[in-house]
Amino acid sequence: MPLANFIPTADDYLRYLPEIILTVVGVVIMFLEAVGGERRKPALGWLAGAGLLAAIWGSVVALGVGGTGFQNMVIVDGFATFFRILVLVIGLLTIVSSTQYLDREKANAGEFHALLLFSIAGQCVMASANELIMVFIGLEISSIASYILAGYLRDDRRNNESALKYFLLGSFATAFLLYGVAWVYGLTGSTNLAEVRRVLMTPESAPNLVLMGTAAALMFVGFAFKVSAAPFQVWAPDVYQGAPAPVSAFMSTGPKAAAFAVFLRVFITAFGPIATRWEPFVWGSAIATMIVGNFAALTQTNIKRLLAYSSIAHAGYVLVAVTAHSEIGTAAAMFYLAAYAFMQIGAFAVVTWFSRQGEKFVNVDDLAGLGERQPMVAAMLTIFLLSLIGVPLTGGFFGKFYIFRAALDSNLVWLTVIGLLNSAVAAYYYLRLIVVMYMKEPGAATENIGPVSAGLRVAILGSALATLVLGIFPSLVLDFAGRSAALVK
Amino acid sequence: MNFLDSIWLIPLFPLVGAAVMLLFGRRLANSVIRILCPGTIFVSFIFSVGAVMQLAGSEHKVHEVIKYLWMPPLHADWGFLLDPLSSVMILVVTGIGFLIHVYATGYMAHEGGFYRFFGYLNLFVFFMLTLVLANNYLLLFVGWEGVGLCSYLLIGFYYHKKSAGDAGKKAFIVNRIGDAAFIVGMLLIFSIAGSLRFTEVNEFIEAHHFAAETAAWGILSTTALMLFIGATGKSAQFPLYVWLPDAMEGPTPVSALIHAATMVTAGVYMVCRSHVLFELTPMTLQIVATIGGFTAIFAASIGLVQNDIKRVLAYSTVSQLGYMFLAAGVGAYWVAVFHLFTHAFFKALLFLGAGSVIHGMNGEQDMRHMGGLKKYMPVTHWTMFIATLAISGIPGLAGFFSKDEILAQVYGSAHGSKALYVVGLTTALMTSFYMWRLMYMTFYGTARSHVHAHESPLSMTGPLMVLAAGSALVGWLSVPKFFPIGAHTFEHWLEHVFGSEKGGAEIPEVLLTSLSVAAALLGIWIASRIYLKVWEGPLYKAMLNKWYVDEIYDFLFVNGLAKGGGEVLGAFDRNVINGGVDGAGWLARMVSSVSIWWDTWIVDGAVRATSFTVKLSGYPVRLLQTGHVQSYALVFIVGVLAMFGFYVLR
Amino acid sequence: MPELPLPTSVPLSWYLLLSAILFALGIAGFLYRRNIITVFMSIELMLNAVNLSFVTFSYKLKQVDGHIFSFFVMVVAAAEAAVGLAIILTVFKNRRTLEVDEIDSMKY
Repeated sequence: MPLANFIPTADDYLRYLPEIILTVVGVVIMFLEAVGGERRKPALGWLAGAGLLAAIWGSVVALGVGGTGFQNMVIVDGFATFFRILVLVIGLLTIVSSTQYLDREKANAGEFHALLLFSIAGQCVMASANELIMVFIGLEISSIASYILAGYLRDDRRNNESALKYFLLGSFATAFLLYGVAWVYGLTGSTNLAEVRRVLMTPESAPNLVLMGTAAALMFVGFAFKVSAAPFQVWAPDVYQGAPAPVSAFMSTGPKAAAFAVFLRVFITAFGPIATRWEPFVWGSAIATMIVGNFAALTQTNIKRLLAYSSIAHAGYVLVAVTAHSEIGTAAAMFYLAAYAFMQIGAFAVVTWFSRQGEKFVNVDDLAGLGERQPMVAAMLTIFLLSLIGVPLTGGFFGKFYIFRAALDSNLVWLTVIGLLNSAVAAYYYLRLIVVMYMKEPGAATENIGPVSAGLRVAILGSALATLVLGIFPSLVLDFAGRSAALVK
Repeated sequence: MNFLDSIWLIPLFPLVGAAVMLLFGRRLANSVIRILCPGTIFVSFIFSVGAVMQLAGSEHKVHEVIKYLWMPPLHADWGFLLDPLSSVMILVVTGIGFLIHVYATGYMAHEGGFYRFFGYLNLFVFFMLTLVLANNYLLLFVGWEGVGLCSYLLIGFYYHKKSAGDAGKKAFIVNRIGDAAFIVGMLLIFSIAGSLRFTEVNEFIEAHHFAAETAAWGILSTTALMLFIGATGKSAQFPLYVWLPDAMEGPTPVSALIHAATMVTAGVYMVCRSHVLFELTPMTLQIVATIGGFTAIFAASIGLVQNDIKRVLAYSTVSQLGYMFLAAGVGAYWVAVFHLFTHAFFKALLFLGAGSVIHGMNGEQDMRHMGGLKKYMPVTHWTMFIATLAISGIPGLAGFFSKDEILAQVYGSAHGSKALYVVGLTTALMTSFYMWRLMYMTFYGTARSHVHAHESPLSMTGPLMVLAAGSALVGWLSVPKFFPIGAHTFEHWLEHVFGSEKGGAEIPEVLLTSLSVAAALLGIWIASRIYLKVWEGPLYKAMLNKWYVDEIYDFLFVNGLAKGGGEVLGAFDRNVINGGVDGAGWLARMVSSVSIWWDTWIVDGAVRATSFTVKLSGYPVRLLQTGHVQSYALVFIVGVLAMFGFYVLR
Repeated sequence: MPELPLPTSVPLSWYLLLSAILFALGIAGFLYRRNIITVFMSIELMLNAVNLSFVTFSYKLKQVDGHIFSFFVMVVAAAEAAVGLAIILTVFKNRRTLEVDEIDSMKY
């Protein structure tokens, strides 16, 4: 191969524009943090927001020169762009909803924003990866930054514990993923997704299917950890409960969306030909995830922990769409992840505001009488909860509807039935929050509650608006998802 | 003005009303709300009447307006369909909805949160109209969930009452179970027909000449069954009826509008809307008829001994809804809709009347503390008297015509059966009994409390009088064939949707009618023998019978047998002497105590089992989520080994 | 690329077996050691076991991809070590313990 082939073209750089922007802005923020004074700190948040907006613009530019770049290492298509923009929007909402939190905990520092940008950069790398090595690097960039974010308040015991658990178990799971990659490489002789697919499709060169399935299972461990799918979900409740509320919101949406993106890309593109091998364990995991998430959530008294279990349950619904491994399934998963991101961030934003300094008020009963004291916020939280239940005219309903449609299309009848029954069970614990908010007398936690800061207000209203728009005009997003769901060309 | 093309506006007026109420209502004076909220419904009513009249004049009797292509791949739009079936529904929803709104302005006058109440009520009407006007299953489902949500909000309206909150939650969760089945049914319909639009689904099914699934259970039967399970949730059929009696915690106008006249009939409407599908699945129809018949007699038997005036009516509603499903199940869809129509009048009237009584008695709901109210509340008494005549099936009033037609169809139609006819006839007897028991205990005899009852204001009695006129007259829209006078308008109107009747066996109509009238009269007679005598007879007999009526149940099932066996013997003696009348009453009470036993032990047991399950589900979580990093890693390893094991064993 | 002579003395499968054994030892260490630092070192052992597999496969396939991959793994492992040790330090500062079992304030 002539050397000239290894020199990236201008288009290659354009295809990587969002990642480049994020990294540069992140580094600049770290630098300014060091040279700027205490007074400049708030400006760094604005800079990070501007960086994210620029990266969204960059994703659109990148889509304009779509295709593969850097010798097939990177692929920029509708699917990648969808997830890039999704994680960038998640980043924006996280930044606006963390302003009040950082001021309150006296922890406003540039590194929070820089780490957030690096983590998002990693997720963008994941979304556009076309090579197992890129999957691994993206995953690690995203994870290492979020390990630190989880323990952002260094002197808080819960933060420490959360970071430690996340870090140890995350690295543990990554080792499995990596071992799986090694075996895929050894069996097929390549780490390029399209190439792996080609080898698996050719009967003469097809490797031992048992070993190949085992390698897929090992990789599944890594992805399942990131998306918190059973039985690799055990870390999620502890970590989300312990981490700062805005970070929990971010961790339960951004990395999850990006991980589902690579999960779909790897399993449908590369392992598509051996779908019969991996379908059974994804099927089993989907059922286990829905059941564990929903039933464990029933008894929770801590709102953050309850939302953590609910996030596990929602990962289960998306796994149903993955099990369907069809284009409708992919589109349904994309739509669901977008809808889920807004409702989850919105709910966490309310918790961020409500919990007060040191996260004192995080129990379900603390919400008593919120509907009377702060009717607007209570109404917004109600919208998020209704969407999490899956009531029509919210994004959550159409997400579930499309997922079960895809599942039924692929003849996954039992999965559909179990999924729907689970969503009936789920109504129970979300409704508990609504009942407490509206039908209990205000208690100590709601008596003297302060106002919602401007940033949080933007985050809450924006998420609520997005949840409703996705519910009332689902076609806006669904059309794009449907057009870019074809992972195999 | 072309009302037909403006049908999309009909749901919109109440939505505007709701938006104004919920956004600015706090700042509006009650007098404004009083005009505005019923006003929006009245405008909708005018538009509905206009549209229905123009529909009657048009040739096709079907009019579809599609405003926005909502989800093109599913063929689901913001589209509205007006045909004879939906026109009946919108007239009921807007017409009776308007009267109930007017009534509520009087009933809720002294309550806090006036604007909130009317906001929810208008929102409810919006969703209900969306439900019945939708031209596809998905939009119907939007309305379906929306009315459920409003019902939840309105049941829990008195939110300082814990029981109200619990009742709302119960209603919502029970409905979710039905909804899960409905979604499956909807998805199956889409996978069969490739569309969710009613007209297209029906055309597809008709054009592809599906063979009726008479011999073997097939995909169509499953689809229809799923839709029916969805309907049992919303329309409170066995075994998902449990939420409706508890829903009586809400304000009485809510019970009248949502839990009697409109929302609970949504299931019946949906089954009739899908009649093309149901026609092809005789086995599912059999299930529909059986569940309907069973619910009818079962709920009626519980209603026999309830002492809370609203709970009697609640069980009565469940029972009457059972009648409607019985009719739909034997393929007589138009009769189901007819009964839905007449029932909306007399049951709304009964609830509103009960509300008027409760209002006049300052919140008392226990009939044992009422009595003799006829004197103080003449309008309420006479209007309820008409409604009671109607529901018991006295010839000439609305309930008679529809119920009689149901019984005739159950007896004679191709899907019908004699056994179900007997069930239906017995239910008619029970209905007449418990309704007259209610009347006697409430309005007749001597007053048993010191509350100074007073008649309600005109805003409340006015709607009662209008509804009483309706309860008396609407039945004449479709009279039995042998009737010399009267019209068959209703039947012919719905033939455009359901097709004309296929000739079944010859129905001995005169005989059947006589039987059902006899059942109604027998029920009244028994009730008057037991209750009228009790409250007007000599003192000792009153005491005796009071013991007999109210405490035999307590005695047998609550206090246990320890309390004076001799008294039982004495009672038995008098029973034998008193003869058949009391014996029948005793039997009825036995039946109903079995039903109540079921309700308290099995149903409440199921509820308790749920909370037990909730607690139980905590234990595996405790085992799994120990908080130790290494035990989490162990779970990972177990997961990995399970996947490897799967490959090795395969 | 010049042809490399394959070794005849030690079969390649032995390397893979060694790698698998090292990986399993890493898992065992993660599961049974009590000190957080040792638990963390077990992860490093697992990553190095994977590196051995990569290099072996790379040798067998006569490609450099596997070698490059193992370099990336090392880089990432180094970054992870930096972050990981920092997290372990803050935990130690707050709790004065490095027993992994004692870090369990959040559960159920």
